[in-house]
Amino acid sequence: MTAITREEVAHLAKLARLDLSATELDHYAEQLDVILQSVARISEVAADGIPPTSHPVPVENVFRDDIAKPGLDRAEVFAAAPATEDDRFRVPRILDEEEA
Amino acid sequence: MSSADADLIRQPASVLAAAICDGEVSSVEVTQAHLARIAEVDGRVHAFLEVTAEAALETAHLVDEKRKSGANLGVLAGVPIAVKDVLTMRGVPTTCGSRILEGWRPPYDSTVVARLRAADMVILGKTNMDEFAMGSSTEHSAYGPTHNPWDLERIPGGSGGGSAASLAAFEAPLAIGTDTGGSIRQPAAVTGTVGVKPTYGGVSRYGLVALASSLDQAGPCARSVMDAALLHSVIAGHDPRDSTSIDAPVPDVVAAAARGDVRGLRIGLVKELSGDGYQPGVLQRFNEAVEILQGLGAKVVEVSCPNFDYALGAYYLILPSEASSNLARFDGMRYGLRVGDDGSNSVEQVMSLSREAGFGAEAKRRIMLGTYALSSGYYDAYYGQAQKVRTLITRDFTAAFTKADVLISPTAPTTAFKIGEKVDDPLAMYLNDIATIPVNLAGNCAMSLPVGLSPADGLPVGLQIMAPPMADDRLYLVGSALESALTDKWGHLLIEEVPNL
Repeated sequence: MTAITREEVAHLAKLARLDLSATELDHYAEQLDVILQSVARISEVAADGIPPTSHPVPVENVFRDDIAKPGLDRAEVFAAAPATEDDRFRVPRILDEEEA
Repeated sequence: MSSADADLIRQPASVLAAAICDGEVSSVEVTQAHLARIAEVDGRVHAFLEVTAEAALETAHLVDEKRKSGANLGVLAGVPIAVKDVLTMRGVPTTCGSRILEGWRPPYDSTVVARLRAADMVILGKTNMDEFAMGSSTEHSAYGPTHNPWDLERIPGGSGGGSAASLAAFEAPLAIGTDTGGSIRQPAAVTGTVGVKPTYGGVSRYGLVALASSLDQAGPCARSVMDAALLHSVIAGHDPRDSTSIDAPVPDVVAAAARGDVRGLRIGLVKELSGDGYQPGVLQRFNEAVEILQGLGAKVVEVSCPNFDYALGAYYLILPSEASSNLARFDGMRYGLRVGDDGSNSVEQVMSLSREAGFGAEAKRRIMLGTYALSSGYYDAYYGQAQKVRTLITRDFTAAFTKADVLISPTAPTTAFKIGEKVDDPLAMYLNDIATIPVNLAGNCAMSLPVGLSPADGLPVGLQIMAPPMADDRLYLVGSALESALTDKWGHLLIEEVPNL
């Protein structure tokens, strides 16, 4: 497995929506590389033909009757929101300026 | 603090519950004693992020009224409890140790909290933790570290260091923890307390802010095995609001704790969870406990789980992968911190700025690790391979449980280390959970209980008992037998030796 570069870390930060500082990028590039090198040895035993486990107990669809139940209290939910307007969550602009 | 209060705070939860039930002491008095203790020592321990004194006294008063009216009370009615700040509690700040949720008041109760309330227990407040439960020292809390009551310069373990420290400091007789890779058991080990990670699906995850959904499990923290069993019985059981909740009767953990018997039981020593990396003082106390178990009539056998050597590697791919997905919800839109909403920044810029400001170093590290492990081109090599190792670990457990009824190991390789010692050395920090992680990957259950103080530094050592899925009662059967033998030897529980704060 290959080493992780600073550019890759910058790309990951973008994908993960983290506006990392230059110092953080340097620091994480080094640390993520060390961590990835140390976990890479799992490939010694993870041979073909071994089924993957995604969940410790076999999960099947769990159904319930379609009966309406009270939801969360609107006032409480909005009270915890960073910004609201007209009984809705207010969010920043969604489109980039050139798209707008 | 009065001498009556000083006496109350040292009582086991089972004794407090009986005294409240018999009217010998009121829940208000018990609650006041614990609140006074928190006021006295928490400035130094910092186990709590939020103390809900007023609500606690109100609940205690209602329980006292209920008792006087002759109503039926639950097994722990009127007993105070501390709750890890990763479980939602309606109207009470739930931060998960993160800036990104600072001041967030959830509009609903987690099922665990709802069950505590339904059992008439008195919630004292929310306890400190590593941010979103990522850590083994509680140093990754955005609100500052918790200090170990055995030595305030040392870590109380993590991520549930606040819950464990609240018990060791006699601020609460019981606490709730959550365990994704050892966050209940490792803090229990380093604070001389008892902690149980129930079988995955044994306790509802509804309202437990998710770190890694396939690994997370809430469980009881206590100062004795019986107290843990009583709390386990209150919080466990099927919940239709968690689709991974097991729809089967809860194992009778209270009866098992009352019985405490290992005669004829096969106890497996896991070869891979010992030796290199484990402090001599930890191994010494562990080996002495093994001899005690043998003396009590258990048959001790050695078992090998060869793939456990790969558990840490698999865990540090699976956990960050799930965490990076789960933490994507913290985008500053519907709740939590929002930064840079100045009218010019786009929604994506605001998300990136908010997450950068709101998450701490370890959270960012794991989010990026998970983003990498799940990204195109690396998914098969990392996440896919890790999932196969998970299968191998489960198979190792299955094979071992044909030779032994329970498995044991030291809970953690070392005793409590100094605050600051490993905080920016992720690999050294991750090694703390080397013995606890396999259980989370396989989904079975485990307990840590104190087996003495390391001769090297006088700090607590924990022993881990592991049982098959839904055989949680075996943890209590063995734990209780060992605890009784140790208590006979010492003349008291180990926690009685904690220095006065």
